Amino acid sequence: MALLEINDLHVFYGNIEALKGISLAAEPGQIVAILGGNGAGKTTTLRTISGLLRPRTGSITYRGKSLIGIQAHLIVGLGLSHVPEGRRIFSILTVEENLNLGGYLIRSDRKLVGERKASIYTLFPRLAERRTQLAGTLSGGEQQMLAIGRALMSGPKVLMLDEPSLGLSPILARSVLKTVREIANRGTAVLLVEQNARQALAIADRAYVIEVGRVVLEGEAAILAGDERVQKAYLGGFEAVGAG
Amino acid sequence: MSLGWSHKHRIAEAKGGKKGMGEFLQYTVIGLTVGSFYALVALGYTIVYGIIRLINFAQGDLSMVGAFLGWTLLVSFGLDRLPLYLALIIAFVVPMLGTAVVNLGILQFAYKPLLKRSLLAILITALGMSLLLQNTAELIWGPRIEAYPPNLLPSTGFFMGPVHVTYVQIALAFVSLLLMGAMVLFIQGTTVGTAMRALAVDHDAARLMGINVDGVIRLAFVLGAMLAAASGVMLGLYYVQIQFTLGFLLGLRAFTAAVIGGIGNIPGAMAGGMLIGLLESYTTGYLSGKWKDVIVFGVLITVLIVKPTGLFGERVAERM
Repeated sequence: MALLEINDLHVFYGNIEALKGISLAAEPGQIVAILGGNGAGKTTTLRTISGLLRPRTGSITYRGKSLIGIQAHLIVGLGLSHVPEGRRIFSILTVEENLNLGGYLIRSDRKLVGERKASIYTLFPRLAERRTQLAGTLSGGEQQMLAIGRALMSGPKVLMLDEPSLGLSPILARSVLKTVREIANRGTAVLLVEQNARQALAIADRAYVIEVGRVVLEGEAAILAGDERVQKAYLGGFEAVGAG
Repeated sequence: MSLGWSHKHRIAEAKGGKKGMGEFLQYTVIGLTVGSFYALVALGYTIVYGIIRLINFAQGDLSMVGAFLGWTLLVSFGLDRLPLYLALIIAFVVPMLGTAVVNLGILQFAYKPLLKRSLLAILITALGMSLLLQNTAELIWGPRIEAYPPNLLPSTGFFMGPVHVTYVQIALAFVSLLLMGAMVLFIQGTTVGTAMRALAVDHDAARLMGINVDGVIRLAFVLGAMLAAASGVMLGLYYVQIQFTLGFLLGLRAFTAAVIGGIGNIPGAMAGGMLIGLLESYTTGYLSGKWKDVIVFGVLITVLIVKPTGLFGERVAERM
């Protein structure tokens, strides 16, 4: 059984079915890319796994246990950390305070909080330089680093990233994704939602292509990158445009 | 309302023929004392607003509940037979806890079902809760003006130059500052306090950090109620007379203080409270007690028109 396994997930917004039976799996050390256009259901999938949304049917199993019905703040404690779309850092708090909140569940262990912060400052030296600065004054790239660093504070086994390269310059996007690869190499399973299919497939191990709430393609990232349909829909023109 | 009379009386007492600077300083001392009560209630407004964008209009009435709980303990339970310091600790702590329970009940039964609905619905409910507390208090304690034990605290003081300061004023202002200091330390210096500030920005992102958002909201209601109750007991000790209506104007004045400070802004609420206290004291002293609410609410309207974010209410813009 995989570390994280999702089976036939159906999620509704009111009467609208956003996910129509999504299944996917992730293993430690793997980057699993979730590709697809706007409205395909990528964000909804992540929000359902992290407990912000409730599925109507289907299962989410983590280390053999069901996550369905567990509140979002408790799911973090089980080892699943979610970097939401748009980064959602706490703009009125300092960089350091943002990281402290990432370690909210381990707050009584000051030593561990300190160690994790130190390792995040090593991973993102820019954050160390700006630790007393208000997060709202950071550049887009720095905010993304902070959002990822904050999610790492809880020491996750599964890291979910929603569009980490959005709004970043190509160079910065590449460097963020390179860091994501490093994080996975340390043994974390990464679910990577990306519009930038080319770069995502370049660092991913496996990938799923979602269209209007369904998985339409899945397989090894390298093979999908060569797939005609993927090339046409997501790797084609100047800007990757989705079909969803 | 009893507060007005008593306040004016105290100022008249304080005047005692002093003119000029001495008079001004005397009003300042009184203003800061009363201002510290407003600051406590304003802090409650601002903490709750910061987290769920709700003006908890019952905040002033929670003060009244605290004042009556303290009065009941002191008068009916004969706390005055205990050593003074012990009686005072009980007369503060028990009403603070009791009022916290009341506020939690309000949150759970009145606000929580509406939290995901429109803000207007919950705002009107808050006004309803204010009336509910007043009427319940009238049922329990009656409509009469009640008096705190008048000789509980010494009425003596000392002169600082031309200014007469009572020990009670010093003690009450000290307790207020202590409570406010503790609150600031908690909110600025602890991770749970940081989480409270984070909720002002983003509830879902907070959940993703592992923060129990409902728990933090409850904590804000507990803290807000405790501050209100403490200020209620202090009002009772300072003005002696209390009545079930005292929360109404108190709440409005504290609300004004919170708005002046920039609602959601913690140091702002404290400064706003002091400012309102001073304004009220100067108006009462130099004009007349009848003018004080005109001035206070005039300031509220002016701030809302000219600088709706409050005097200290500047927020850092979010960069996307």
